[in-house]
Amino acid sequence: MTDTDARRAVAGGSASRVKRNRRQWNGSLVVGLVLVAFIVIMALVSFVWTPYDATRVDTTARLVGPSASHWLGTDRFGRDIASQLMVGSRTTLFVGIISVGLAAIIGVPLGIVAGMSGRTTGEFVMRLNDLVLAFPSLLLAIMFAAIFGGSTLVAMIAIGIGSVPSYVRLVRSGTLQVMHTEYVLAARVAGRRAIAIGLRHVLPNVTPLIIVQSSVLFAIAILGEAALSYLGLGTPAPTPSWGRMLQESQTLLFQAPLLAVFPGAAIALAVLAFNMLGDGLRDYLDPQLEDRR
Amino acid sequence: MTNPADEVLAVRGLGVTTAGGLRLLKDVSFGVRAGERVGMIGESGSGKSLTALSIMGLLPDSARPSGSIRITRPGADRAEEMIGRPESALSRVRGRDVAMVFQEPMTALNPTMRIGRQVAESMLIHGTRPDGRAALAAAVELLDAVGIPDPARAVQAYPHQFSGGQRQRIVLALALANDPALIVCDEPTTALDVTVQARVVNLILRGVAERNAALLFVTHDLALVASACERVLVMYGGRIVESGPVNDVFSRPRHRYTRGLVDASDMRNTDARGRLATIPGTVPAAGRFPIGCVFRNRCVFATSACEETPSWTATGDESGYACFHPVDEPVAERARESA
Amino acid sequence: MSQPVRIARRAAIFILTLIASSVVVFGLMAALPGDPARVALGLDATPASVAALRHEFGLDQPLPIRFLEWWRSLVTLDFGQSYVTHADIGSEIADRIPVTLILVGAALIIAMIIAVPMGTVMAVRHRKLSGVVLSAASQIGVAVPTFLAGILLVALFAVGLGWLPANGWTDPDVDFIMFLKQLTLPALALGLVQGAIMARYVRSSILDVQRQDYIRTARAKGLPPSKALVRHGMRNAAIPVVTVLALQLAYLLIGAVVVERVFVIPGLGSLLIDSVSIRDLNVVQDIVMLLVAAVLLINFLVDVLYDVIDPRLRAAT
Repeated sequence: MTDTDARRAVAGGSASRVKRNRRQWNGSLVVGLVLVAFIVIMALVSFVWTPYDATRVDTTARLVGPSASHWLGTDRFGRDIASQLMVGSRTTLFVGIISVGLAAIIGVPLGIVAGMSGRTTGEFVMRLNDLVLAFPSLLLAIMFAAIFGGSTLVAMIAIGIGSVPSYVRLVRSGTLQVMHTEYVLAARVAGRRAIAIGLRHVLPNVTPLIIVQSSVLFAIAILGEAALSYLGLGTPAPTPSWGRMLQESQTLLFQAPLLAVFPGAAIALAVLAFNMLGDGLRDYLDPQLEDRR
Repeated sequence: MTNPADEVLAVRGLGVTTAGGLRLLKDVSFGVRAGERVGMIGESGSGKSLTALSIMGLLPDSARPSGSIRITRPGADRAEEMIGRPESALSRVRGRDVAMVFQEPMTALNPTMRIGRQVAESMLIHGTRPDGRAALAAAVELLDAVGIPDPARAVQAYPHQFSGGQRQRIVLALALANDPALIVCDEPTTALDVTVQARVVNLILRGVAERNAALLFVTHDLALVASACERVLVMYGGRIVESGPVNDVFSRPRHRYTRGLVDASDMRNTDARGRLATIPGTVPAAGRFPIGCVFRNRCVFATSACEETPSWTATGDESGYACFHPVDEPVAERARESA
Repeated sequence: MSQPVRIARRAAIFILTLIASSVVVFGLMAALPGDPARVALGLDATPASVAALRHEFGLDQPLPIRFLEWWRSLVTLDFGQSYVTHADIGSEIADRIPVTLILVGAALIIAMIIAVPMGTVMAVRHRKLSGVVLSAASQIGVAVPTFLAGILLVALFAVGLGWLPANGWTDPDVDFIMFLKQLTLPALALGLVQGAIMARYVRSSILDVQRQDYIRTARAKGLPPSKALVRHGMRNAAIPVVTVLALQLAYLLIGAVVVERVFVIPGLGSLLIDSVSIRDLNVVQDIVMLLVAAVLLINFLVDVLYDVIDPRLRAAT
């Protein structure tokens, strides 16, 4: 028994079992799923019902605190906070889905290609990656906003593009690992075509990485959209956006601090939810999948 | 089992359980005297590495040891107990009275520290040299003794500049630095090329002989134990199933597992169809060995009697076996049987 | 490959990427529909005056010439004038860079002061209560956007307790005490969040190192676990953390953009945002390029630093 086997034996696995660890439910996963489900439900419900019309101005009810009629209060224009939060969750989720989806559609194939190709193609893709990496997401978004004007679409595309390098790096690294395994070597020797190898061996092994990364990038996208909306470069009025709600609340911090707390908590909670989901998924899919950065 | 008076290492009733309740080691007892070379053989999963780690007190936190491991430096007035002592006490023993050579030379050394400093550190921790300069000079000598070329320059080098065999020699030099009374080697040559293995083993034997140290050599390689050790302990399922002088155990094994091992190691032992002998079945997962005799689910001679734990049958002062149906015939005759 | 050659190669990549990204920036800006000159003069400007202004701005030149001209202006640090405000871009930027640098520097120090101890405790006690609690705290820290942290800090310390000013900026040589007071909250807002993020990296790096064989060898020599970790682990754990530090520096730079808005600090970031709002495009172009260059430079320097620290890389290819 080698020492690593000894350690693993103590840790509860078998020394002779090689791959396939047990999939274990864990706290992070549960909490993450619950929180994400909560947000998704809130967004879905908002299509059908909100306490008030989120964009309706009511000059008779400005800056009302939490009460029976307005559960979380109103803002300076009399708009109901709870309704704004609910509708805002749609934007949050939408931006997350589109930007992560865009990044994955571009980044994953690129990463696989980079991992499976020869030296030059791989290098070329990585240099391209470095080029995109030179532009942090927020900066890209600001640039795009300057050119095309600020909007949710601009935010999504910018954040999406900014997230591509993350996928490319991760998928390429995962692909390289798979390519060096013996069963892939055997497949190549047997003459299997690249596409077959890619689909049959690379993709299944890389998928857990992609799933975990997507959750993390989702959280980053939420942060990005919030920051952009705060700066006035994201979702324009009157569509509710948590980031913009925060910006509007800033001048009223003295009179109505809760105006900042609610959207702020919503953002933090959403980000936490996806981060925890990502951590939980990582532990669930493969407890030995350590932090890959 | 052995004469307790001059044992450098005395292991009595060593057991290791996991936090989840799995029994990894059970009732392991043996001793090693000064200058004696004892081998411990077994397959992966037998518990031999765990035993080695227990002796050093380096078990992971989740492993719970029980029993007693006493290390006595010849001439010392008392023994050091390694189980149940606080970390501060164990740190004083490690590296001074007992030292270990691990299996993986490529990762055993700190990649960002010069090797001279790593060897010297061992002496400075225990104060066996007065200051840094003396320790470094001693390190140079040690490296020379283990055959590192140009040791005066080598001390300034980093581990990645050495091959696997050389790194293992550096680790050996480290282990020998404070003239320990006991040296534990856990598969020290398994990761090395065959040509390099013999040299490293010889260096170990020489280092041990020069200091009249006790040697516990853990490996799965029967040939290695046969050539390097005087006595052998056979481990399976977290227990010692047989022990005795090397020649006796390998030529006349009593336990069925030992017999299986010896047969399997004999390249000339083929059946009518030319196949090598094997032990049927596979080693069960750690901690999940059968109750009673740990080998019974792989033993063709097992009976219902084997559901009880076999007691130890001593065949000498330091030898014996634990089996209800031991082998009677010597190995040579078995070779004539057809499968 | 020897070290000088490796560094030269990295420098070449740095420069190439710099040029490539400048092409991207310029291309995007130049592809813009609309005419800056007309925007500057207003809707009822005569075609003649528009044409004259275009000529003055050099907008009637072909694109490659304009690109080279832009590069020339960047390299000679003669940025010219804003199309919209007619202010001298160079001096504006020069005024604002130190402000942003001070902010980022202070935030980095705060982040490190938080991250190293916190991450270490999180790693060393990762199965005990203190480690778990800190881990949870860092999870929350990571989830809080910088501007939210800023607003909350203002709500607590400026509005609620009244200890510190809510916004504004004073030069250190004008009123040092006021400068410090006004620096505190924004630096904290940036630094706390970055600290939480970095703490998690420190933790994972130390946990990684703890499992390494050479730590076990150190313990086998007789070093107590804590000393083994410190003497043998720290340098090895520092290597990945240093590289992350660089990335974090880049994020700090970008985070400063937002923080400057929250606290109304006259740094590079707020100039950028203001310019975007008034569509002052050549200012935006210059600042974006500056920031991109800074990010690339940081990455390049960290690559070199990494090469220097890790002896394994010195001999290897």
